[in-house]
This record gives sequence, C-alpha cells and structure tokens, in this order.
Amino acid sequence: MRYIPNTDADRREMLAAIGRPSLDALFEDIPQTVRDRYVPLGLRAHSEVDVVRLFAEWANQNAVTELVPFVGGGIYDHYTPAVVKHLAGRSEFYTAYTPYQPEISQGTLTAMFEFQTIVCELTGMEIANASMYDGATATAEAALMAERIRGRGRIAVSKGLFQHVRRVVDTYCWAAGIERVDLPIGEDGRTVVPQNEADVSAVILQTPNAAGVVETLRGVKEAIGDALLIVSADPVSLAVLEPPGALGADVVTGEGQALGLPMGFGGPLLGLFATRRQYLRQMPGRVAGRTVDVNDATGYTMAAQTREQHIRRERATSNICTNSALCALMATMYAATLGADGLRTVAKQCLAKAHDLADRIAELPGFSLPFESAFFNEFVVSTSEPAAAVAARARKAGFLIGVPDLNMPHVLGAGGGVRIAVTEKRTKPEMDRLIAVLEGAA
Amino acid sequence: MNTIFNCRCRGHQEGLFPLLDVPEREPGTVLGDALLRTVPLRIPNLSEPDVVRHYTKLSKWNHGVDDGFYPLGSCTMKYNPKLGEDLAGLPGFAGLHPLAGDSASQGALALLFELTSLLQGIAGLPRVSLQPVAGAHGELTGMFLMKRYFEERGETGRRRILLPDSAHGTNPASAALAGFSVESIPSTDRGTIDRAAVRAALDETVAGIMLTVPNTLGLFEPDILEITDAVHSAGGLCYFDGANLNSYLGRARPGDMGADVFHFNLHKTMSTPHGGGGPGAGPIAVSETLCELLPVPWIERIDGRLCLTWDHPRSIGSVHSFYGNVLVAVRALAYLLQLGDNGLRAVSENAVLNANYLQERLKATYELPHDTLCKHEFVLSGRGLAEGVSTLDIAKRLIDYGIHPPTIYFPLIVREALMIEPTETEGKAELDRFVDVMERIAAEARETPDVLHHAPHTTPIGRLDQTRAARDPVLTYPFDEAE
Repeated sequence: MRYIPNTDADRREMLAAIGRPSLDALFEDIPQTVRDRYVPLGLRAHSEVDVVRLFAEWANQNAVTELVPFVGGGIYDHYTPAVVKHLAGRSEFYTAYTPYQPEISQGTLTAMFEFQTIVCELTGMEIANASMYDGATATAEAALMAERIRGRGRIAVSKGLFQHVRRVVDTYCWAAGIERVDLPIGEDGRTVVPQNEADVSAVILQTPNAAGVVETLRGVKEAIGDALLIVSADPVSLAVLEPPGALGADVVTGEGQALGLPMGFGGPLLGLFATRRQYLRQMPGRVAGRTVDVNDATGYTMAAQTREQHIRRERATSNICTNSALCALMATMYAATLGADGLRTVAKQCLAKAHDLADRIAELPGFSLPFESAFFNEFVVSTSEPAAAVAARARKAGFLIGVPDLNMPHVLGAGGGVRIAVTEKRTKPEMDRLIAVLEGAA
Repeated sequence: MNTIFNCRCRGHQEGLFPLLDVPEREPGTVLGDALLRTVPLRIPNLSEPDVVRHYTKLSKWNHGVDDGFYPLGSCTMKYNPKLGEDLAGLPGFAGLHPLAGDSASQGALALLFELTSLLQGIAGLPRVSLQPVAGAHGELTGMFLMKRYFEERGETGRRRILLPDSAHGTNPASAALAGFSVESIPSTDRGTIDRAAVRAALDETVAGIMLTVPNTLGLFEPDILEITDAVHSAGGLCYFDGANLNSYLGRARPGDMGADVFHFNLHKTMSTPHGGGGPGAGPIAVSETLCELLPVPWIERIDGRLCLTWDHPRSIGSVHSFYGNVLVAVRALAYLLQLGDNGLRAVSENAVLNANYLQERLKATYELPHDTLCKHEFVLSGRGLAEGVSTLDIAKRLIDYGIHPPTIYFPLIVREALMIEPTETEGKAELDRFVDVMERIAAEARETPDVLHHAPHTTPIGRLDQTRAARDPVLTYPFDEAE
C-alpha cells in the first residue's frame, strides 16, 4: 500500500525493539471473542486506475450537463472564479487541522478573522463565528442560543423557512424540549409577524423566504417585544439589500454555499452565524481573535474558547468542534476576489436576470406571479396545470426548476406553484428556451 | 500582519463576469428604496495577483500533513491521497444540485449507497446514515436516536448518560445538547474504565453510556463486553465514539462489542482532509433497535432504482440540510476501495506498530503513566523533565524542528499530557527523527531551558498572548482603528 512507508524490514526491526513477536501480537488486548467475530468485507484492493474509471462512471450517471439549473431553494449555481479553487487547493490549508497551535496556523487563523469580518460586513452584525456545518444547523443553534438567553420554552418559526432548514430546526428543538409555533405566510408572501409575542424566546424569519419574497424586517424587532429576532439570509442578496443587522436582528444565520462553493449534491455546505457582541459568551462555535505575540507583533489565535466543548464540556454553548473551515476559507477567497464591487455585480445581475425572466413568464397564458412583493433572484410562479407536471416537462426539455412546499392553495391556485432561481450564470438563450418550454412550444 | 482589509493595494475585478445580456434593472426600482443597502460594504476591491500573493503567503504560515509530521493525538492526521481531491472535483459530483431528483442523481446515490454498505460492514452494524457531517454531529445524532428510543418506550425517566473521565469534550457536550444529564465515571489506576463504578451507576434512570474504544489513552478496554452487557441488562444503550477506529480496522467491529450507535470520522480514519478544521463527515451506524429512527432521507434501492425516501414516521427528522457531506464521502469511498480488506488491516497494523515503537523509545526520556501495549496513540507526561519546563514549552519547541505538536493537556486524567498519534502514513525513518528531536528537547530542557520557554523561534510570529485575546476580544477587523 503506497500510503504506508514502512517496509517489511522496518516492521521486523520495530517489532524487535518493542519485544513483540508479530503484528498479531499487537492486538492481543482486544478480547478474543471480539476478534473471533470479525468478518472481512470481501473487498479487493482497487488500483488508482480502477477507482478513477469507476468514479468517472458514477459522475457521468448524474445529469449535470444535461439539466440547466433554474432551481435554488437555498443552494445556487453561482460562478466560482478559477483563482478560488487554486488557492483553496493549497495543501498547507487543506491538510491542516483546527488551529490549536497558532504559531504554525497563522494562515488558517488570519483567514478565519477575515471570514468573520466579511460575514459581519454582509450581515451588518458585530461578531460572527468561524462557521457552522450549514445554514440549517446554524439556524437551529441560533434557536438554542435564544432559548438559553430567554428561556421561555417556545420559538416562533416562519413557514417561509426552506423546508430543509425547518426540518433541522424541528429536530434540534424537539430534543431540547422547545415548542415550535408556526408563523404563516400572508397573501403578500411575507411572514405574518405577531405583535408583542412575549411568550417566545425567538422569532425566526428567512429572507428572501421560501416564497422568494424579501421580508420587510423594518419594525419587526420592535413588534416582537424582547424575543430575539433571528434572520436566516442569503449572503449574495445582502450585497444590495439592507443587512438584517441594521434592521434590528439579534442573530443572522445563513447558507454560505452561494459564496464560491460547489453545489456538491448538498454538502459540504457553510453555516453562517453572526450576532451582537453582547451575546458572545452564548454564541456557539469557534472564533478567531486578534492579539499580539511576545514581540508585540499582531497575530491571530482562537478566542473566547471557554464557551467551547473542549474546555466547558457539558456546559459548553454547543458541541461543535470540526466545522466548515475550508468552506469558510473558500468563501473568504471568493469575497476577496470579487470585492464589494464584484459582489454587487453578481447581486445586480441575479436581480436583473430573475426579474427579466419573471416578467416574461408572467405574460405566458396559464402562468402568473402570485406575490406582488419584492423578490431577489428566486420567485414562485402560479401554474394552471399541476406544478409537478410543469417541472417534469421542463426536466424533459433539459431544465431543472423547483417545486416549493408552501401549501398555500388559496394563493397559488389549483396547479400550485413552481419556484425558479436565476443566477448570474444563466444566459439569455437559456431563458429563451425555458420560456418556450413553459409555453409548450418546445 | 496584513489582512485583505489593511492591504494597501487597490484593484478591480473587471472581466470576471460578462456584460448583462438582459436589460439592466436598478435595484431601487425593482426592490423599492426601503429595502436597499444604505450601510457601506467594506470589502476591498483587489486585483487577482494581489489576492493570489496574499493567500499564498498565508498558506506558508500554516503547517499541514503535507508539510511534515503531525502527531496530533485523537485526530488521526494521516496523509490525504491526492486522488480524492480530483474525484471530488468531478463536475458530475461537484456540479450536482441537491434537489436534482433521484433520476438525475443515480450515480451519486450509487456511490453513497456503496459507501453505506462498506461502513456497515466495518462497523458490524445493520444500518448507516451518512447525514451527520462531523464526529460531534454524529454523537449528537446518536443522542437524538437514544432520546427518541426511550420516548417511544415511555421511559422518559432515562435522562442520565454515563461517560468515562477520559472522554473527549464533545461527548458530554453532545449529550447535554440532546437534553441528557451527564455523569463522569472515574478510570482505574490502569487508565481504563472502572467496571464496578459503571455497575454501581446503572439503574432505571440511565439512558446509556458513551465509550471511546480504545480510550483516549490509547488503551483497549479489557472489560468492554462486560460493560456493554451490563448497560444493556439495565435497559440502557451503548454509544461508541469512533475517533479511534484507525487502531482496529480490519480486526474488530464495534457491533461485536455491543455498540448500539457508532460514529465514523471519515476525516480521520478514511483519510479525507481535515481542511483546517472541517468539513469532515461523521456517519453513524446503528443496531437493529435503532434502524427505523435514523434521520431522513434514507437511500433505498426500490425496484432496482436508488431513491431518497422520506416517509419514515419513526425517524428523528433531519440533522443536516441534505444528505451529509457528499464530496467528503466521495474521497472516503475512493480511499476504502483502494485499501480493500488487506489494506484495512495494514492500516491498523502500522498505526499500532508505529505508536508502540514511539512509546517504547520515548519512555526512557519522558514519563509514561501507563506502560502497557497501546493502540494507535499513547500519552506521555511532560512532568519532571526539568524544573520550570512545561508541556507547552515542549510543544512549542517541537515547532522549531518542523513538527506539529501532539495534542496537549488532554486527556484530563494525565497531568501535563502529551497525546501522540503517529498514524500509519509515517515510516520508521520519520519516527526515529521524532525520537531524536524529543531527546534533544529533553536535553535542552535541562541545559538551556530558556530556549524552550521562548520557543518557537522559527515561525513568522512568536508565542501569542492568549490572555489578551480572551480578555478584550477583537473578532473582526477594526476599520475605525488608524492604520
């Protein structure tokens, strides 16, 4: 096995040095009954050439080039500049682990510090952690944090959260004994926010929400009393939208995949978590901080570690240890490559293309836009024929579009709705063809 | 040191994106001015060469497995085959949307299904979920399963989780996050679990026990079968932390030791890169009693076709957005297929041989609290090396010799602990060099202790003031500060 450098001669010498007669003798401490029960996998060793061939076959069985993704639902087909892959592919980054030893981890730590700053700039918050697993677990952990702070045993959750986020929030809250109260989506596509919801620890909204609509956050914080306002936001949209932090949010979470990560069949992803400085001691996850060395030179190290499991054990704010560090590094490189101008360019192109396509679809017979509220790069379309049939027709013609789980027949009509996302990568010819397919002309 | 925020270079990214091929829309017109960003977005516009030089410089300030020896105990910092990087980057995997649907993702599902069945075989347990994305996430999912199991049985009084005092910090944190209370079981003088203490703690309020096998001292629990039997007889369940699987691959299976839940760390045992702290993957394997409770979706073969299935009423729900860290699974499967059965055995044989060899050679110079056959790792103490010299000093001095320090001050039951895990991807020559360095450091500790106190000397930055970072945390770039 070429990954194992020891030779037979090495092994003989080493066994002699430790006074063991054989390699088998190294496993004598495992109870005999356990060893006797072992059953091999029946797996032969594959050569590198075999493996490459096999994986290429599997990769080719996935319809990636055959289907143009007009689907979103939290994961978006944005363009990643070539430079990101090359820089993140430097193995000094990806073969290191958690920066426990800051003097030989300044690369990772400096990038973590940059990442936290970028997340704060996008969300408008004061502090951010170095990442969570994904947007869903980030939002679930935000709910747990709010419960630690307010302790009311109830969390109000908008029906406008993507289904995959709600499912995870549900699981975490169930285990923590927190009751979930649903907040419905109104006919304008926005969450109906309760006034003076004094008996919940937090209100969780998503913007843009599962209906594609940008939530009006202004005034929400005032309306909900002292419950924490948790907002799950798409980071790309925040280049043009007022950040939730400037509108009263106490915690902003989000899925960071859109910042230069591949879709990768949904993983690895990148959980964003930002909050107010006053909640630092309650925040989950790792965080890098600036400090100085013995010569007073600026450097970075892990900070506020007394919240974490390796020190606080069962009293830690979370059990998270390994997070999405490399994904955070990629997002940092992505943001550094684009800069504020490039991020705005992407956001504005998404916006323009999505609105162009939405306007054209709305003119087709049998299609309409059910919500008049503002949207960013994703929108829901009411269809007179069943949504699943429309999606199937699109798929047959080479387009992937989404079918949201909104359960709003009174607004979406008999057919239900399809959900369409447009990124800067989609072209006018692709949109022309999609229009033709929806029209039934293709 | 420079971040992108205090970089004096200013550039632009013209030419990255094509000109808009639809009519331009002013954000204010389509969104309404009330929703528009008014606060500035302070992310600098840099030229591509500036970006490349900045991150290339940062990369040189890091130490990865590719740079040199990385004997970080409990983390299994083995070599990460380059092949995995190429395969995970194939557009057929990297470009696949998670909502593409079963028909468009048969290749990905086949790969995940194959990995699932191999992991079931390795664990000796009937079902695996790939959804948890880190070891601690696997632990949490396992705790959720145990909670649901007792809820279904109406045994909601079972709220206590037992764990040995040598356990990783994630174990108690995971149990607490799932609403359990934790109770520490002291280890014996031999460093293993006190069987009598476990028995004494068992009653109808115990949900289960969390075990790490071999434990964090690198010792195999001699009474593992008696302990899991006792827990099962008392109506509890057994959780196995798989951090140390590298030591018995191809030799033993957690399912044969009484595990009800076992988590893998694919980023440890299956050689996927640690990424500077993630992403990892923490699939769990479960016993028959817990199969129906696993997170949704499941991957099932129905009429010869692979499907993601959601309709499992006893499931705990989901713990991740989609299907776990798929691109990590790609790398892990590529590695496993290359190993085959013989390779699995070779991994544990060489990992354990390397650890025992280092232990034997270092015990003459450093205190070895538990002098016995170890598995893939062992724990030394930095105590008594020389007056005023701490384990931290030893660790920092190792950096000067191009070696990443071992895990230090853990496990908590050994004072001044140095937890050393060489892995199988180091050869005897590198191990001998490590011994030389450790002996030289011991000599320095006696003769020139200041060299240790002030180490490291060769890094771009010296020993950092951690207290200051904790007291007055600066967690984002201070834009207001004068440069």
